[in-house]
Amino acid sequence: MEIDPLIFRLSIFILSIFVGYYVVWSVTPSLHTPLMSVTNAISSVIIVGAIIAGLSGNSQSIFNTSSVFGFLAIALAAINIFGGFLVTQRMLAMYKKKKKEK
Amino acid sequence: MISPNLSAIFYLISGVLFILALRGLSSPETSRQGNLFGILGMIIAVTVTFLSIGNFSSGFAFVILFILVGGTIGAFIAYKIPMTAMPELVAGFHSLVGLAAVFVAIAAFLNPTAFNLGSPGNIKLGSLIEMSIGAAVGAITFSGSIIAFLKLQGIMSGSPIIFKGQHPLNAIILISIIVLIYLLCLTQSSNLFWILLAVSFLIGFLLIIPIGGADMPVVISMLNSYSGWAAAGIGFTLENTALIITGALVGSSGAILSYIMCKGMNRSFFNVILGGFGGTDEVSSKSSKEQRPVKSGNADDAAFLMKNASSVIIVPGYGMAVAQAQHALREMVDTLKKNDIKVSYAIHPVAGRMPGHMNVLLAEANVPYDEVFELEEINNDFANADVAFVIGANDVTNPVAKTDPQSPIYGMPVLDVEKCKSVLFVKRSLSPGYAGIDNDLFYKENTLMLFADAKKMTEDITKNL
Repeated sequence: MEIDPLIFRLSIFILSIFVGYYVVWSVTPSLHTPLMSVTNAISSVIIVGAIIAGLSGNSQSIFNTSSVFGFLAIALAAINIFGGFLVTQRMLAMYKKKKKEK
Repeated sequence: MISPNLSAIFYLISGVLFILALRGLSSPETSRQGNLFGILGMIIAVTVTFLSIGNFSSGFAFVILFILVGGTIGAFIAYKIPMTAMPELVAGFHSLVGLAAVFVAIAAFLNPTAFNLGSPGNIKLGSLIEMSIGAAVGAITFSGSIIAFLKLQGIMSGSPIIFKGQHPLNAIILISIIVLIYLLCLTQSSNLFWILLAVSFLIGFLLIIPIGGADMPVVISMLNSYSGWAAAGIGFTLENTALIITGALVGSSGAILSYIMCKGMNRSFFNVILGGFGGTDEVSSKSSKEQRPVKSGNADDAAFLMKNASSVIIVPGYGMAVAQAQHALREMVDTLKKNDIKVSYAIHPVAGRMPGHMNVLLAEANVPYDEVFELEEINNDFANADVAFVIGANDVTNPVAKTDPQSPIYGMPVLDVEKCKSVLFVKRSLSPGYAGIDNDLFYKENTLMLFADAKKMTEDITKNL
């Protein structure tokens, strides 16, 4: 009997939880706020589902109920992607070491 | 159009890049590069999605249009937002992830053919379970984050909203969500799907209203975690590796942050989630209202003490964020440093309204991050320091947590501020902090209270130095 592909996805999922666990524990506490904003940005990779939904119409009717929800989700996810990465960048640019003068 | 196998490999690559993005945050030096990895991963994921659909005739222009509209709004917010508003921003962003997950689930439910999940009314059982879980968690994330946002923004009162039968009601709703998902899988009825969404929105709302303002660090981390699990649920539905990996990463990240925050308050996760802490219950009323003497001083006295010190430790808290005092504080510290006084900053894990809140504000004010220390790193130094300058923090300095087993905050790790030779405590009044208890520190022999707005007091001290 063949293994259900779901099992493979489940394996990836479980292993990623462990990777996440160890990676996040190594994040320095002073960067916990950027951690939250960057996780926010990357979880918006859900935009791939939104794009599939948005392109689900055909050339006669680009808009059906399903694709409209897709378009809305694209806009929401895009706010997060751009907003999340840019605000993280802005925050990280502020973390500086002591200047070695004097 | 590229083959499903090839696109799966690219999704895997973008998943790995996301892991590297988080990995970069282990130190400020590598963090900026990490963020670039994250952006690269996102570009790969989006590009591959376009290529794997390959059908650009329908709606492509609209997809780009909506990306541009959303992207412009997002970029605008990212550049305009003041750093003090970061907790609200993150809560707001969580709500968007939640809502996007809900929308994608709706789209997949209405048009399963486009996602290869079967046909309407006959969706594959596994996919239906995954999408309803994703939709429910997404809806909870959305409404919960909205409440958190309103509370942080001050539109809604930060004090907990409690009513009779709250916990039984929540329990019933949570059980009904499971029943609804079960029935939905049995009947494939779209009505049940809509009811499921409505009930999930409701429970998200009900779960967050009883939680008070200073417990927000836990709430935000928890919602962060939920947004990850919602994404993972959708990832299973779409059979998309990038989404599954990311969901798992974000889910465990949020869970760890919640754990760290709970530990910082010595409270169990359930204690926080059940809410009601810091309300006007017996805790605040029981403490006898005897008038104990406090020493209060002015900027002149404070400046005198600091000028004669050789080392000063600054303890910032949420009050500093409210008063926007971080820049004034750094100017004061600059003046101190010119007088050859050693200055460092001590950050309690739950200072502020979100994990790392104080660190970001200090970084914004150009405080070098190697002068900023966590509780465990600096707690032993208080005994050797001359002056502790407490600005906007309260409960996290309360020695009661170490001495009085009756106190609600007993056992909470606190900064050993009272061990300093002298303590300067900037506060607007003697009112108790969030936990509703009196701070013993106010009445210590070596404490000088500075009753004023944090920013104004700091500026006045600088003038007097």
